[in-house]
Amino acid sequence: MDMKRDYYEDVQLFSSGVVLFWFSALILFLAVFPFVFKNYYVYVANYIAINVIVVVGLNLLVGYTGQISLGHAGFFAIGAYATIVLMTQVHFPFLLALPVAGLVAALFGFLLGLPALRLEGPYLAIATLGFGITITQIIGKIQMFGERQGLHAPDLTIGPWHIKTDKDFYFVLIPITVFLVIIARNIVKTKVGRAFISIRDADIAAETMGVNLTYYKTLAFAISAFYAGVGGGLYAFVLRFIEPELFSLFMSVMFLTMAVVGGLGSMMGPVAGACLLGWLDLELRNVLEIPYLGAWIKTLSESYFTMTGVSNIQQIIFGLILILIMLFEPLGIFGIWIRTKKYWKTWPF
Amino acid sequence: MVDFLQMVLSGIAVGSSYALMGLGMVLIYKATEVPNFVQGEMALLPVFIAFMLLSTYGVPYYIVFPATLIFALFLGCFLEFAILRRAKEPNILGLIIITIGMEMMLLGFVSWKFGADQRAMPFPISTYDSIILGDIFISTLDMLTLVVALVIMLSLFLFFRFSKMGVAMKATQQNENAAALMGIKTKQLRMITWGISSMVGSVAGLLIAPVLVEPYMMWDPMLKGFAGAVVGGMTSLPGAVFGAYIIGIIEHLFGGYVSIEFKSVVAFAIIVLVLCFKPSGLFARHYTKKV
Repeated sequence: MDMKRDYYEDVQLFSSGVVLFWFSALILFLAVFPFVFKNYYVYVANYIAINVIVVVGLNLLVGYTGQISLGHAGFFAIGAYATIVLMTQVHFPFLLALPVAGLVAALFGFLLGLPALRLEGPYLAIATLGFGITITQIIGKIQMFGERQGLHAPDLTIGPWHIKTDKDFYFVLIPITVFLVIIARNIVKTKVGRAFISIRDADIAAETMGVNLTYYKTLAFAISAFYAGVGGGLYAFVLRFIEPELFSLFMSVMFLTMAVVGGLGSMMGPVAGACLLGWLDLELRNVLEIPYLGAWIKTLSESYFTMTGVSNIQQIIFGLILILIMLFEPLGIFGIWIRTKKYWKTWPF
Repeated sequence: MVDFLQMVLSGIAVGSSYALMGLGMVLIYKATEVPNFVQGEMALLPVFIAFMLLSTYGVPYYIVFPATLIFALFLGCFLEFAILRRAKEPNILGLIIITIGMEMMLLGFVSWKFGADQRAMPFPISTYDSIILGDIFISTLDMLTLVVALVIMLSLFLFFRFSKMGVAMKATQQNENAAALMGIKTKQLRMITWGISSMVGSVAGLLIAPVLVEPYMMWDPMLKGFAGAVVGGMTSLPGAVFGAYIIGIIEHLFGGYVSIEFKSVVAFAIIVLVLCFKPSGLFARHYTKKV
């Protein structure tokens, strides 16, 4: 909408005072959040923050580079397990183990990126999906990773600071999240990001222009996997216990859903999608406790459906959201935001 | 040697249901260019309806099975007509996501309606019967699956070769605009393709159901069928069948000789390997993208 007149205007962190204001307001809100809301909502915020990290990373791959991935739960699992194993067996401090786990995930992302260079569409979808399924199966068979019983997260200490409650962890997690989102936004604004976008829009034209497809496609996979790995490492400390079954295909699909519902190819969209669906995900796990609707769902389930399967309403709702978003607003929440903004800017025309 | 033959035969039997799922996926991929993640659930709902009719209402088999297949036909047509066709400016990612959304809805509905219990569907043939060929055993149900799969493959071949509608479908897949100009109702044909694919998948579902009926029963066949179709090249019906049998056989041989634990993941290792060397699968003509 606003014309960019020079390069520096395009790359600057805050495009206007308004954006800076809202960004500061958001940071302030995040800083006071745990003191205002009760503990459960801090847990929800932690859960959402992890989804934000992974989905922003996934969006770099799917939204900006145009490569589909149905295997991000695999990278997520690698990050989670690597963090715990590095901390318990190699005795790395947390702040070292986390980026190293991210790099391990990135290495796997690079390896998966190599065959993915020649694949597209359904072939890429099945290859990444296969990766996601295989990796959790393999992890579940290795003794160092606790096999099927899973692993407990060790106690978390950063320097002299012992992190025990969700609130303590919140103050570790949120700065990391904000930092990673800003990094992702900066990646998109640089040469690397422009190379990604050109690959998405027309890979042959990009190659003709001198974009090294091999380098940038594998880089996109590696960066995306790094984000998922870091997210996984943090997730291990939110749950405090991980097992292979957690990192299912459904989780990969959820990450993709969040990115799509938020709006692929934008920075704000995936964050919004992760917030909305992350919150819905937690709320709908106890579908019977929803005010007003819960009792009705209970009678409905008892007379026509089964009570054991009532939690599957969550899946129905997610599926419905996915379909509706794809049919009516393929750009997701970000698309809705753009339209509203345009409408009010040009109002009353 | 007997072990080896036994494993190959079991692999072929399992491969038959993979092949049916793979055929369904390829049919849809050729018509709509979308890897159809709802393939498994398009079969799941009819199977559960059949299960309900047979076990709760006691309707005889000769009514239930045809009724199920007709229901599957309509379900496939409905999904294409009501949802997929309505997508605005679809790209491949968008279509994949719509099929995933449909998959989640149908799976969620079935699990809500029937719970997660593991049951078995009544079936005219007992699952414990088996046929003995020399030293090799094959269960009657597996034999039936194999025969039914072959019959369906043959009839699909005849359908695409000799029937007017089949030829029209092939024409639509090759060049949609030209086909429309020749007076072929391409949209309608695409809808019917979805219906047929759903029907083929439901046959596979009905043949798995005597052993196991639960909401996730179609996941594994669907993924393996997809894997088989990808190995075969996604656009070739014989390729999909071949790929599915290859996956079934290798899976069983791997389970028998190497490691039973990793049996179910070896399929994905195979496809990654195949795709490394032949990015469009074994049977599809690899076409280079032009500007």
